[in-house]
Amino acid sequence: MFEELSLKLENTLKKVRGQGKLTEKNISDTLREIRRVLLDADVNYKVAKEFIEQVSQKALGKEVLSSISPGQLITKIIYDELTILLGGDRSEIKLNGSGLTTILVVGLQGSGKTTFCGKLSKKLKESNLKILLIAADVYRPAAIDQLKTLGSQINIPVFSISEQDAVKTVRLGIEYAKENGFNTVIIDTAGRLHVDEEMMLEISKIKELVNPTESLFVVDSMTGQDAVNSANAFNEKVNYDGIVLTKLDGDSRGGAALSIRSVVGKPIKFISNGEKLDTLEIFHPDRLASRILGKGDIVSLVEKAQENYDELEAGKLEEKLRKNKFDFEDFLKQIKAIKKMGSLSSLLGMIPGLGAQVKNAQIDDKALVKVEAIINSMTTKERIAPKILNGNRRKRIAKGSGTSIQDVNRLIKQFGEMQKMMSLMNQKGGGNSLLKNLKFN
Amino acid sequence: MVMFNNFNFSKLKEGLTKTRDKIVNTITETISGKAVIDDKTLDEIEEILITSDIGYDTATNIIERTKISLKSDKDRSGLNILGTVKKELISIFDYMQIDGEEEKINKSKPYIILVVGINGVGKTTTIGKLAHNYKKAGLKVIIGSADTFRAAANEQLDIWAQRAGVEIMQKKQGTDPSSVAFDTIRKAIKEKYDIVLIDTAGRLHNKSYLMEELSKIKRVINKVLPNAPNETFLVLDGNTGQNALVQATEFSKVTDITGLIVTKLDGTAKGGVVFQISAKQKIPVKYIGIGEGIDDLQTFNPEQFVKAIFDI
Ligand SMILES: Nc1nc2c(ncn2[C@@H]2O[C@H](COP(=O)(O)OP(=O)(O)OP(=O)(O)O)[C@@H](O)[C@H]2O)c(=O)[nH]1
Ligand SMILES: Nc1nc2c(ncn2[C@@H]2O[C@H](COP(=O)(O)OP(=O)(O)O)[C@@H](O)[C@H]2O)c(=O)[nH]1
Ligand SMILES: [Mg+2]
Ligand SMILES: [Mg+2]
Repeated sequence: MFEELSLKLENTLKKVRGQGKLTEKNISDTLREIRRVLLDADVNYKVAKEFIEQVSQKALGKEVLSSISPGQLITKIIYDELTILLGGDRSEIKLNGSGLTTILVVGLQGSGKTTFCGKLSKKLKESNLKILLIAADVYRPAAIDQLKTLGSQINIPVFSISEQDAVKTVRLGIEYAKENGFNTVIIDTAGRLHVDEEMMLEISKIKELVNPTESLFVVDSMTGQDAVNSANAFNEKVNYDGIVLTKLDGDSRGGAALSIRSVVGKPIKFISNGEKLDTLEIFHPDRLASRILGKGDIVSLVEKAQENYDELEAGKLEEKLRKNKFDFEDFLKQIKAIKKMGSLSSLLGMIPGLGAQVKNAQIDDKALVKVEAIINSMTTKERIAPKILNGNRRKRIAKGSGTSIQDVNRLIKQFGEMQKMMSLMNQKGGGNSLLKNLKFN
Repeated sequence: MVMFNNFNFSKLKEGLTKTRDKIVNTITETISGKAVIDDKTLDEIEEILITSDIGYDTATNIIERTKISLKSDKDRSGLNILGTVKKELISIFDYMQIDGEEEKINKSKPYIILVVGINGVGKTTTIGKLAHNYKKAGLKVIIGSADTFRAAANEQLDIWAQRAGVEIMQKKQGTDPSSVAFDTIRKAIKEKYDIVLIDTAGRLHNKSYLMEELSKIKRVINKVLPNAPNETFLVLDGNTGQNALVQATEFSKVTDITGLIVTKLDGTAKGGVVFQISAKQKIPVKYIGIGEGIDDLQTFNPEQFVKAIFDI
């Protein structure tokens, strides 16, 4: 009788645990799906292909942990690799400690260069640098006016000349900066297509003339497959130090960043998040990785499961559940884990063997705070043996946790019911009703 | 077509030759001496399609349909495979009618054209080009500068109006954009203008307050003239990937987009995402932008557009 039960449990657990190791066969569906996800996110065709191949080579043969399937595990590995690939080097910009810091800003038309120049000036001004903006877009109608308008909003002077000569503008601008005690210049250049030879020659000349402390390639996060071509061409001419990803306040998936990162290997240094000048942020590779893979789905769940779910603890919990020895002490541990992970429902879903069964359970996460406070006010003895919780003890607990005696009573009662349900579940070998009866309020 | 028949096509050609080499190579590799449809050829075609931003689903669809139509076809040379793919692609635009634009304009003067899109796609530049072309066609044109947000938007548009030699109506930065639209149309009615072009500030489609502002502009225009705007053009950056589809969907929710304009096709980007938009939303592509000059706007031509993706 007893053996039959444990066998039953073992079987369900095995199923949830998946198939032991990652093999080409058990991850192929997932890989196909991920390729599609990457392409939909505008990751370049070749980049997506290579990336998936490399990652899956690395992953084959890996052990599958309990509580997740091979598909979930490979997704998680891809997510991690993506984060590593997008991240990497430090994202700060170099400043020239002694002399003049020169920052050159380049990119395609309309990518957000001028706005970024404004934002960066604003940010650097906060560290008390004396900044001069140089308006080297001498082509686009009112480009200089645009920079001047931005400059005046943040009290930063803009250097320009009346002649339509970008190289000369830059040369005179730098002279002007040196003569007038500026220690930082930011050069806004005209947008240009990488196939425009004349304009690319111009940017090479500027680069050579300035030999900038830092040069940045500004790219629209909505860019599609062609991102690899422009990023490459600009890199050949300018050999820029970093990438600025703009318009991330939109809802594009931003896969172009991965394409560029893998093709030119330069770090993403800033994120531009809006039209106003205070929306410049440093870059978080993990956020972009989940954005590329599609927010909020498997990735984050698997991620959290692995981060916070200790295999050993899980085993102990299973054992306790099975032997009906789950006490307030265990409960508190779970709540702490839950709080790290954000949601009770998601945690319960990760407990081996419970998985899908809790999907329908309605659980109020906010109530957890109260529950935790109550359990925290119990002594260890009380937690392990709730039976000793008499009226006086309950009163003390209510006071200590800032809750009412009714709250305490309710929790103890529900916990008792839960234990009963557990023993019932163990007898029946199913966990369905357990969590439906778990109400906190 | 009538309005823009005297365009200079050499620029597009020039733009294309720069990218043609790469495509030629891809295709010769693809087709050299192969008489059967093997997966490799189809994979290579898939790559060309996907790297043109056509999108995974559309690319796969096209390839599936190609396979089917080639089943009954004895000639399965690479060229024929390509020909079939091209035909499939062109047929996506079949629903588009080359309508008598001139008649439409003559029927409802002033003819109000509202130009919308996200930030930096090329709205203002396109307005300048459109103004120039309408003017050349002998029409009396006024531009309303309803981008009252971006730094120096007024100055930029003013330069374009001067270049095109047309009238412009502007207000101070920060003014309610719908009031600019309102005043421009009132003036156009009073002074018998034929064409009113309304420029708007770039806005991301996921910012509801900005989209609400746009629908207000539209309502106000509609109050002055019941059938207006007669056209609402959504400008898309040819470099944009799959997000363009979302842009088309979201902008359609607040304004009736009557046409698409795809810009910056003078680079190496192909703008292939419009196939999806066309297939799903049936919004015709009207013009393409192929440079920053005033003459760099062309009437959209499906055959040429598809050719540009594959041209040998
Ligand atoms: N929503 C949003 N808009 C942005 C962002 N960065 C720039 N913009 C807008 O995008 C448009 C183009 O930005 P600019 O800074 O003029 O771009 P640019 O690269 O200097 O453009 P050109 O000089 O014309 O090549 C403007 O309307 C900006 O307000 C951003 O991060 N988010
Ligand atoms: N190469 C190229 N650049 C373009 C084209 N259309 C617009 N641009 C450039 O793209 C940038 C943004 O254009 P703008 O008209 O200001 O965009 P708006 O913000 O949508 O009004 C400017 O630098 C334009 O010169 C085009 O067809 N080809
Ligand atoms: Mg600029
Ligand atoms: Mg504009």
